[in-house]
Amino acid sequence: MIKRYLDKYSTAVLLFPYITLFIIFIVIPVVAAVGLSFTYFNTIEWPKFIGLDNYINLFTKDEVFMQKVVPNTIVYSIFVGIGGYLLSFFLAWSLSQISKLPRTILAIIIYSPSMTGGVLLTTVWSVIFNGDKSGYLNYILLKFNVIKEPVLWLQSDKYLLVIMIIVTLWSSMGVGFLAILAGILNINEELYEAAYIDGVKNRFQEIIYVTIPSAKPQMLFGAVMALVNTFQSSGIGVALSGANPTPNYAGQLIVTHIEDYGFIRYEMGYAAAISVVLLIIIRFSSVGAQKLFGNSDY
Amino acid sequence: MNGVRRKKRTSVLRGSGINPKGFHRSQLKFYAYLMPIAAFMMLPIVFITISAFKPIEELFAYPPRFYVKRPTLNNFIMLLGLSSNTNIPASRYLFNSIVSTAVVVLLNLIITSSAGYVFSKKKFKHKELLFNINTLALMFVPVAVGIPRYFIIVYTGLLNSFMAHIIPVLAMPVGLFLVKQFIDQIPDSIIESAAIEGASSYRILGSIVIPMIKPALSTVAILSFQASWNSVEASTMYINNETLKNFAFYMSTLSNSTGNIVAGQGVSAAASLIMFLPNLIIFIVLQSRVMNTMAHSGLK
Repeated sequence: MIKRYLDKYSTAVLLFPYITLFIIFIVIPVVAAVGLSFTYFNTIEWPKFIGLDNYINLFTKDEVFMQKVVPNTIVYSIFVGIGGYLLSFFLAWSLSQISKLPRTILAIIIYSPSMTGGVLLTTVWSVIFNGDKSGYLNYILLKFNVIKEPVLWLQSDKYLLVIMIIVTLWSSMGVGFLAILAGILNINEELYEAAYIDGVKNRFQEIIYVTIPSAKPQMLFGAVMALVNTFQSSGIGVALSGANPTPNYAGQLIVTHIEDYGFIRYEMGYAAAISVVLLIIIRFSSVGAQKLFGNSDY
Repeated sequence: MNGVRRKKRTSVLRGSGINPKGFHRSQLKFYAYLMPIAAFMMLPIVFITISAFKPIEELFAYPPRFYVKRPTLNNFIMLLGLSSNTNIPASRYLFNSIVSTAVVVLLNLIITSSAGYVFSKKKFKHKELLFNINTLALMFVPVAVGIPRYFIIVYTGLLNSFMAHIIPVLAMPVGLFLVKQFIDQIPDSIIESAAIEGASSYRILGSIVIPMIKPALSTVAILSFQASWNSVEASTMYINNETLKNFAFYMSTLSNSTGNIVAGQGVSAAASLIMFLPNLIIFIVLQSRVMNTMAHSGLK
């Protein structure tokens, strides 16, 4: 009896766990963030509806947001998101030009930092960038007389953002990089031969006319992954400097700004408004990426 | 091929250079920059490995040395004997990580392959729309909605329970996406003929689909392993009970709380190595399957 019902509704049964978890942990949080963003909510009292006040405050009164967080996020996203993406394409393409065994070894090495991610391997970086003279970077620079005094790299508002970008770039050759590599390797070789017959002359033209159009689906997937990685890794500044807010807000990004308001100041409504702005930015960036690849399906 | 005019030329066919069979001198220029980049990528990991085996006096040595003279296992012994601020041994955190990660990977494989099969081979209402929503969710960044997620953990009663490590990460849009794309490659005729012979959907899933999508499942296993093994989200935000927290969290307290970075360096390096090695080994074992899946990963 039960078995017959299970068979009859197999589609629903097989789909149920995924859909339920998806709704509870992905859809509802997004909807709730939108809802909370119109309220004042300090976690003790019930949320109070205040209309667009949070958004108005965010764009007109929050000096840190407009003067530090937004510019930082833009610089960080350009280098880590766009720069990281171009780098992953370039590395994947270069790897496709060498033979299989060395390619596999080099691909594993290049991919390996992304396995644990930059945030977790902060230990290493904090030793390299340690502020006294026993830090590796300070030691080398002192030895070659580039600097006279040891530099407090991770506490300095001049260098923190740059270091965050280097560390994140180092750990950003992840799933997207592998997808692009697989996409390039999967291109039918006859396409290249045909292209040379048709007048393609060098490797650059080859990339423009054959490689990119043929690996387009994987490259788009890679772009989405680069985007996610950029925002998912935003905690790096706090991890490196050991403080939220980061020294003089030098490494403050939108995600860390949300955590600052949400979990340190308990202004949940305001933090939710920042989340919504972030989600909109992510959505627009991905639409941009799709437009770039001549894809406007969704 | 758009843009290139079709013009027959009689010149000799040149090899494309993509995926060459063997070594050729012309490849040297690629090695010339790939090797230094790979060396840079490897440097921090080599550094952790070396630090993990350094005895205390070498960690303190000035000038700092990049190699180890007298390797020792002391750091690992200290790590396992050490307790953070409480009296909980590191092995407890490690145990929590192993159990939660194993459960996450297993459940993830079951949930994702069931849903992937349905999305690929079954017909139901709003299928396209639902899959498009899932594709949209590829961009989902959990940290962006940390606050509502926290309240959901509270209302579902997961707060302060071991399940907080497991349940929130079970819906993995990337996993479903990759598995569905992979199942699309299986011809419908195989599944239809099994159905005609009377096999139920569960049977088809278990004895036809799953054996055929092992590469995609390996990839899902790796991704969910990484997500769970490296996650500090549950331990920092949802769990107060120190005995239920995981190893990734324990490691992050090592690098934060030890005021003197150099002193704790050996122990945190040992911990980092324990974090890193399982990731590396699993990836090396499964890498060819992963590459196979990634070839079907395209967003069309």
